[in-house]
Amino acid sequence: MSTIHLMIFLPFIFAIIVPLIDRLSKRKVHTGAFVLVVPLVLFVYLLQYIPEVVKGNISTASFSWIPDLNFTFTVVIDGFSLLFGLLISGMGVLVVLYSIYYLAKEREALAHFYVYLLLFMGAMLGVVFSDHLMILYVFWELTSISSFLLIAYWYERKASRQGSLKALLITVTGGFFMLAGFILLKMMGDTYSFRELIDQADELATHPFFLAAMILLLIGTFTKSAQFPFSIWLPDAMEAPTPVSAYLHSATMVKAGIYLVARLTPLFGGHALWFWLVSGVGLVTLLYGSWTAIKQTDLKALLAYSTISQLGLVMSLIGVGSLAFYFREGPLFTIFATALFAGIFHLFNHSTFKGSLFMVVGIIDLGTGTRDIRRLGGLLHLMPITFTVAVISGFSMAGLPPFNGFLSKEMFFQSMLDVLEIDVFGLKTWGILFPVIAWVASVFTFVYAMILIFKTFTGKFHPERLNRPVREMPFGMLFSPIILALIVIGGFFFPNTLSKFILQPSLYSLLPEAEQRGIGHISIWHGFTPAFWLTVGVVLFGILLYLTQRKWRNIYHLYPKKLTLNGLYYGSLNGYERLSYRVTTSYMTGSLRHYLLYIFTFLTLVMVISLIRNGNVTVTVANNHPVAVIDIVIVIGIIAAAIATLLTNSRIAAIVSLSAVGYLVVLLYVIFRAPDLALTQMVVETVTTVLFLLCFYHLPKLEKRLEPVKFKLTNGIVSVTFGLLVTVLSILAFNHKLFPPITSFFENSFELAGGKNIVNTILVDFRGFDTMLEISVLVIAGLGVYSLIRLGLKERDTDES
Amino acid sequence: MKANDVILHTLTRVAVFVIFTFALDLFLSGHHEPGGGFIGGLAIASGIILFYLAFGYEKISKNLPVNFIKVAAAGVMIAVLTGMIALLFGDSFLTHHVFTIRLPIFGKTEILTSTLFDTGVALAVIGVAVHIILTISEDRS
Repeated sequence: MSTIHLMIFLPFIFAIIVPLIDRLSKRKVHTGAFVLVVPLVLFVYLLQYIPEVVKGNISTASFSWIPDLNFTFTVVIDGFSLLFGLLISGMGVLVVLYSIYYLAKEREALAHFYVYLLLFMGAMLGVVFSDHLMILYVFWELTSISSFLLIAYWYERKASRQGSLKALLITVTGGFFMLAGFILLKMMGDTYSFRELIDQADELATHPFFLAAMILLLIGTFTKSAQFPFSIWLPDAMEAPTPVSAYLHSATMVKAGIYLVARLTPLFGGHALWFWLVSGVGLVTLLYGSWTAIKQTDLKALLAYSTISQLGLVMSLIGVGSLAFYFREGPLFTIFATALFAGIFHLFNHSTFKGSLFMVVGIIDLGTGTRDIRRLGGLLHLMPITFTVAVISGFSMAGLPPFNGFLSKEMFFQSMLDVLEIDVFGLKTWGILFPVIAWVASVFTFVYAMILIFKTFTGKFHPERLNRPVREMPFGMLFSPIILALIVIGGFFFPNTLSKFILQPSLYSLLPEAEQRGIGHISIWHGFTPAFWLTVGVVLFGILLYLTQRKWRNIYHLYPKKLTLNGLYYGSLNGYERLSYRVTTSYMTGSLRHYLLYIFTFLTLVMVISLIRNGNVTVTVANNHPVAVIDIVIVIGIIAAAIATLLTNSRIAAIVSLSAVGYLVVLLYVIFRAPDLALTQMVVETVTTVLFLLCFYHLPKLEKRLEPVKFKLTNGIVSVTFGLLVTVLSILAFNHKLFPPITSFFENSFELAGGKNIVNTILVDFRGFDTMLEISVLVIAGLGVYSLIRLGLKERDTDES
Repeated sequence: MKANDVILHTLTRVAVFVIFTFALDLFLSGHHEPGGGFIGGLAIASGIILFYLAFGYEKISKNLPVNFIKVAAAGVMIAVLTGMIALLFGDSFLTHHVFTIRLPIFGKTEILTSTLFDTGVALAVIGVAVHIILTISEDRS
C-alpha cells in the first residue's frame, strides 16, 4: 500500500466520515467546505508528478489485493493518466466550491450529495490509474453507480428517477460488454495488465478473438461516452444538480470512454475496423449532437447535446489519430500523431469551457428560476460577470479566437483535411466525408453557441415571465467559472506551456515514437491555411443561419416523434416489462400447491435423469443396521400418523397428527443414538406446533375441496415418485462413495477443533462458514416474515381508515 | 392468549427455570456433550415463548422489553466478528482457538473462541424464532 493508493482511496475514506461531519457540524458550516479538502489534496499531490512525466518517467506502485486470483492493484502514473487525474481533482475542487453555493445548506441532503460525489471521485481516479483490467472494470461500474445516485439526487422528481435509471441501464449494459471484452483480452494475452497487453500488441492482432474483443470494448466505451446511438441517456442525466452535470456529465465521467479508447489505441490502432468505428461513430455523434442541440429550449439540454457532439469530435480525432499506428513512420505518422494530439488537446479544452458553461447555466437557473430560453433574455445588465464568462466559454466552444477552443478546432479541421491525403481503408472514396461532416457540424456548433449566449443575455428582458427578481450571484459562486474562463483565455495565449507540461507527456505515453519528432507544438497563427478558411466559412454561415433561424427551424417538426431513439428505448423497456409480466404470471399462480408441484417435479426429473445416466447403481441393504421390532413399530406409527394428516377433515387434528410424526422421528433418533438430532428435532417440533396453532387462527377452514381428478392424479403421481426416489437415494447414498469420505476430520475432532461432540464441531468449526451464512439467512427470513405481516397490516389499516 | 389459567401460570413459573437452566447447560456443554448453540438457543426461545403463552403479550413485553430482531442481528454480528478476529492474527476467516485457564472456583477451564461463535448462533436463533412467533401472533386485526 503506497501513498498513491492511499490517495485513490482518500475520497472513499472521506465518504465514510462525511455523514458524521454533516451531523456534527449541525449545518453551521456547509459540509462542502470540509469536502473541499479532498480534491485539493489530490490536486496538489498529483501536481508533483508533472516533472516526472515531463521527463518521461512512468511511476508505478502495486499492492497485492487477491493473491489467489493474481489480482494486483497496480497504479500507473504516466502522462495520460496524470492528465485525467488532474482534470478529476482540479475540476473536483472547482465543482465542490461551486456546489457550496449551489446547494442550500438548510434544505438539501448534503451528506448524500457529497458521499456520492466522493464515491465518484475515487472511482474515477481508480479508472484512470489502474493497470489491472478487472480492477479498472470495478471502478468503471462504480462510476456508473455513483452517477446513477447523483442523477437521482432529487429523487422525489419523476424525471430524475427516470433519467437515472436510463443512464444506469445503458452504461451498465455497456459495461457488461466491456467486461466480456476484457475477458477476451485476458484470454488472448494471458494477462490482466494493460501494459503487458500493449507490449504484445503485434501478436494479438492476429488472434481470432481480436475483432470480437475490439467490438465489445467499443460498445462499452461508446455507452459511457454517450456516443450515437447510446447518447440518449446524457440529456436525461441533466436532471442531476448542475455541479454534477458540470463534473460528471461533461468534464470527467463521460470522458472515461474516450480515455479507454485512447488507451486501447496502441493495441487496436492501425486496424481498418477500429479506424472506421471510432472515427465514424465519432463523426455521426458530432453531427447528431450539434444538430439536435439547436432545437433545445432548455439551456441544460442544449449543453447536454453539445457535450454529446463534442465527445464525438474528440472520438473522431482519436479515430483518425489511430492511423499513426498504421503508418508508424514518415510524414504521415507525424500528421496523424498530431491528430491524436489534437484530440487530447480538445478533450482538455472541452472540460474547461463546458464546465464553466454548465456553471453559468446553473447560475442563471438559480438567479432567474428558469432555464428555458424562451423565457430568458436581456440578462446582460443584470448579470454582467456571468455574461462575460458565458461569452468567453461560449466563443471558445464555437471555435473563435482568442480562446483555446479556436486552437483545437483549427487542429481538428486540419486533421480532417489530412484524411484526404491518404488512400488506405477506402478513404479515397469516403474520405471527403470527414471534412464535410466536420465543417457542417461546426456550423451547427457555432449556431447553438450563439443561441446560448445571445438569446439569454441580449434582447428584451421580460421580468413578467420570471417568478423572482433577478440578481447577480455571490462571488463565491462565480469564482469557479471565472477560473475556468481564465484557463480558456490562458490556453490560447500560452498553449505551449500547457502542451509541454501536460499534453505532450500524455501523447508520448500513448505513442512513444512521437517524442523524437517533438509532436505537440501548438502555433497560434498558422497563416491562411485551408483550416483557417474553413473557420471563416463556419463563422459566416453560422451567423447567416443564426439570423434566419425562424425560417428553417420548422425542419425539426418534419421528423416523426415515434422514430426517435428515445421511442426505441421506452418501447423496448415496456416490451420487456410486458413480456416478463406475462411469463411470470403464467406460472406464478399464488397457490402453494402449484409451487410444491413444480419443485418436486423438477427434483424428480433431475434425480431420475441422473440415476439413469449414471447407470451402474446397485441397491443393497446388506450393509444396513439390522432392523429391530421397535423400529418397525415406530415406522408404522409414523406412516399411520402421516396418512391421518392427509385424511383428516379437521385442521387441529392434522396439526396434532403431524406433530406425532415429528415426535416419532425423535424416538427413532434416540434409538439410533443421535442425541443431538433428537434434542433439536424435539424443540423444533414443539416450536413448530406453537407456530401452527398461531397460524391456525388465520387459515381457512379445512374442507374437502372438489378438485379435478386430473389435478389429484398428478399430485398423487408426483408425491409417490418423489417419496420412492428419496427412499432409493438414501439407500444408495450408503453404498456409493463418489468422493473420498471426510470422516477422518470428524474422528479427530478433538485434536482439530478441540471438541468431543462431533456434531457441534461440524457446526462451529469444520463448517463454520456454512453456519454463519445459515444464521444470516435465518435472520433474513425473520425480517421477511416481519415485513410481510407488518406491511400487510399497514395496508389493511389504510384500507379501513 | 388471554385465558385466565392458574395452573398454566404456576407451572410456567417453575418450568421456565428448568427450561432455561437446561438450555444453558445444553449451550455450554455443546463442545463435548450433546448440545450447542443452535439447540440451546432454540430451547431458550421455547422457554420465552412459553412465557408469552402463559402471561400474554402485554405483560411480558413490559417486563422484557427486548426487540428480538435486534437480538438476532446482534447474533449474526457476533458470529461474523468472531470470524474476523482470526483475520487480525493472520489466520484465515473463522479459525478458532482454545485457551485453557484457571478460574477460582471452576478450576481448569477451557475458553474457546468457538463458544463465542456459538453465542452468536444461539442469539440469532432465539431472536428469529421468538420474533417470528410474536409477529404472527400479533397479526390479529
